[in-house]
Amino acid sequence: MTSNDFFALTPLLLLAGSSVLIMLLIAIKLSHRSIQISSLLLFLISFSSLFAIQKILPYRIEPLLVIDDFSVFIMGLIIFSSLVVNIISYIYFEEKEESPKEYYVLLFLCTLGACVLATSQHFASLFLGLEILTVGLYALIAYFRGRHHNIEAGIKYLILAAFSSAFLLFGMALIYFQTGTLEFSAIARSLSTHTSLPPLFLTGFGLMLVGIGFKLAVVPFHMWTADVYQGAPTPVTAFIATASKGGVFAVLIRFFIAIDGFRYQTVMFVFISIAIASMIIGNLLALQQKNVKRILAYSSIAHLGYLLVAFIPGGSMSIQSISFYLAAYFVTTLCAFGVITVLSNKEKDLENINNFKALFWDHPVLACIFSAALLSLAGIPLTAGFIGKFYILATGIQSGFWALTLILVISSVFGLYYYLRIITTMFSGQQNTSPQKSLAHPVFYLISSVVLCVLTLLIIWFGVYPSGLMQLIEHFQIR
Amino acid sequence: MILVWLIGLLMGGGLLALLVGKWNKTLPRWISLYTLVIGFIALISFWFDNYNTVNIQPSNSWLVDFQQEWIPSFGISFHLAIDGLSLVLLTLAFFLGILAVLCSWKEITERVGFYHFNLLWILAGISGVFMAMDLFLFYFFWEVMLIPMYFLIGIWGSKNREYAAYKFFIFTQASGLLMFLAILGLYFVHGKTSGNYTFNYFELLGTTISPQLAFWLMMGFMIAFVVKLPLIPFHSWLPDAHSEAPTAGSLILAGLLLKTGAYGILRFVLPLFPEASIELAPWAMFLGVIGIIYGAILAYAQTDLKRLIAYTSVSHMGFVVLGIFAFNALAFQGVVMQLVAHAISTGALFIIAGMLKERLHTREIDQMGGLWLQMPKMGAIATLLAMASLGLPGLGNFVAEFLILLGAFKASAWFTVLATIGLIFSAIYSLRILQKVFLGPTERTESIKDFSKRELAIMTVLTISIIWLGLFPQLIIDTAKPMINKLEQLFPAGNDNNKQPIKPITIENDDK
Repeated sequence: MTSNDFFALTPLLLLAGSSVLIMLLIAIKLSHRSIQISSLLLFLISFSSLFAIQKILPYRIEPLLVIDDFSVFIMGLIIFSSLVVNIISYIYFEEKEESPKEYYVLLFLCTLGACVLATSQHFASLFLGLEILTVGLYALIAYFRGRHHNIEAGIKYLILAAFSSAFLLFGMALIYFQTGTLEFSAIARSLSTHTSLPPLFLTGFGLMLVGIGFKLAVVPFHMWTADVYQGAPTPVTAFIATASKGGVFAVLIRFFIAIDGFRYQTVMFVFISIAIASMIIGNLLALQQKNVKRILAYSSIAHLGYLLVAFIPGGSMSIQSISFYLAAYFVTTLCAFGVITVLSNKEKDLENINNFKALFWDHPVLACIFSAALLSLAGIPLTAGFIGKFYILATGIQSGFWALTLILVISSVFGLYYYLRIITTMFSGQQNTSPQKSLAHPVFYLISSVVLCVLTLLIIWFGVYPSGLMQLIEHFQIR
Repeated sequence: MILVWLIGLLMGGGLLALLVGKWNKTLPRWISLYTLVIGFIALISFWFDNYNTVNIQPSNSWLVDFQQEWIPSFGISFHLAIDGLSLVLLTLAFFLGILAVLCSWKEITERVGFYHFNLLWILAGISGVFMAMDLFLFYFFWEVMLIPMYFLIGIWGSKNREYAAYKFFIFTQASGLLMFLAILGLYFVHGKTSGNYTFNYFELLGTTISPQLAFWLMMGFMIAFVVKLPLIPFHSWLPDAHSEAPTAGSLILAGLLLKTGAYGILRFVLPLFPEASIELAPWAMFLGVIGIIYGAILAYAQTDLKRLIAYTSVSHMGFVVLGIFAFNALAFQGVVMQLVAHAISTGALFIIAGMLKERLHTREIDQMGGLWLQMPKMGAIATLLAMASLGLPGLGNFVAEFLILLGAFKASAWFTVLATIGLIFSAIYSLRILQKVFLGPTERTESIKDFSKRELAIMTVLTISIIWLGLFPQLIIDTAKPMINKLEQLFPAGNDNNKQPIKPITIENDDK
């Protein structure tokens, strides 16, 4: 490896190093607060290192990793969301758990895994990244050992994720058997000699799809989503909803563009069916839920369906709209889960929809932030979600996928109902007149609120003036 | 520049009201009142300044044009422009805005700041819709007016408000998204044929589209507009939203939101898809006529005063559709008149209903009766408004409906005959309001106050305007004329049935 290689790997190395460093800091018995702040700083450093490596892009580290505009963008999103998760976690974990420090080590590892996924161009690095991410998540989901919801969610995730990893591995093996290589570009070269897809490759790909689909939580691999979202600690849920899905989606599109999978009708047919099923089923299942975390879980299934609509045409427009939508979705989802985290207390999370009654009058600022996030998820103008949806619809219509866009529109109207239901709940009911309890951690409460306000401003900024972000992602290319 | 300034004024005023509302309850009212009055005065003076240019150079119908890049990579610009039609409707928006603030002065006592924020932002969205000349921007404003309206109904409405708010939002949002698909379709069709990807209205005009695609794209636009209008069978959100909303909400819904639908058809559907709209015309006129009669019959059957008035809107908007799809100048002029006259007369009726509710705490007609004795002033004005609603000559609605019927007769005699029957029904329901509410035996013993000074001022202004519209409609017709002439040129066929030479007919000839 040359020094340039190391330089290009800085963000990943920093993340890996940070986890070790935090582990050492825990060993010398620093307080939760110092651990939290130092990990915050480390996240900031890794985030800023992304800007430092801009000038050597695109850079390939053969054969495993590729670092280009797109992967740096996705890494930026992932590290940014870990940063936010890190900030909002303090109060949550300080209240609930006596030994919350190792949480930060795991958070670094998961972030590292997601970032490796975003940069990989080889099945080995794909699997490596996926496993680092998943193994970290097993522990994170079941972090509150004493609460049965957490344990249940952890076990569910463990078993299903292990199964799906096995499927993924077997699929990779079959593809290797057919093509004799694990590298995306080499697979593409081997495929180009065939006129149609070899059956072994198709089988292998189908098995891989099970694994990928599980991680993305698209229908029909979505069964775990609601339970895990509900059971996991809320900041972890935010992480699962954003970083882990973003990384997997990035590697999916990279693989497909490398092998140009968009020309195979069978494969695309499968994707189209998955997209349609996810959009419709995700939105329908959310309609009757009473738990806000479950609602957001089902809504995330639908959103992944929307992302697939942008994915299916597979041109340069697809990359743009996926990048934009991911950015909008990340910011929005973090914002929504952030509000739930901030409002949760020692005994339980604020997750039942009835707990949100009169939130507008009790916590006007938080309620406005939450409404902005929900409206953005619903794709209403003035918010980032709207421009994201516009991008996706434009991508679909440009390539003539009228039926898909029509289904997107109709299913998002269903979706509107449950987002509105939460908002309506927030302004129904009477103001709570009992004196407010004094805050346990005023400083961190303030910091969290400021972060949430910044996220809201981002949502509105991307919604009103998206040109800046668009110019950034306009030139993304994946080769 | 005045256009940007107007929208900025409304949005800024709303934010200010929201902030001030934390400390003071009266200040937000004054702030929104001043904001709207300033905007109204600015518009009126603008109208007077430009009134002559409108008449001298009817060839160029655009009065102001403002364009600024917004999202250049998609060819989206912040493009505002107004012509006579927009000017009339904008002025109407500010006018009704002032009345909306005034009539909620006593009604709204909780969360005053947020209320006025929503009110001003709805108006900002509506003004944006009337000005936007970029289809993306248009859709943007189209949706911006929804959310505050949703809050307005959902927070300050009466008992069944949440259901009404949902229904309103989901109906309009669903239809709006279909329009958005159509906008995107048009964008790509135009981009592929001309190589120039843009949402600019002026460039999209005259895009060559295959007839079949044009029909579907037009349907995308139409669905959004007829839901808003509303046309049978897309009207079911309207009675709920109107009756549950607070008075100012009903006023704005009836007076302005419905008008955005008609405006959309006139501005976008007809010019963008002339052939396809000719194809659709018989069906649209048919539904319009059905709407006129069905709305009137349902209005007669209601016992809830606000629902009753809401159904009369359905009936009146049927005339609008009938007029638009008659494709001739007379009918178009009638449509513009109808938009203004209906906004004022129905808005005024909603205000009366609101005032009655403040006094009697009910909207049920059966619990009213004999109120004239105690409120002679209100009774007198309500009589005038009911007369306006049934189309008595000398009042604004008569001019409008007469022109529409005259124009529609050229296009289709039978539909017009049926529509005229609707006028009889409208007489029946209007008189029923009067009889049930103000005449007959009284059951109430407690004393009920007549108009206060504020209420009297509101009603005086409205009464004067409705009479003025009936006697001197020329101002509005002249202002909208350049736009109507342009529209008419798109549809030579619609005027061929008419044996006379094609010539814009001024109202003076017909009104005498």
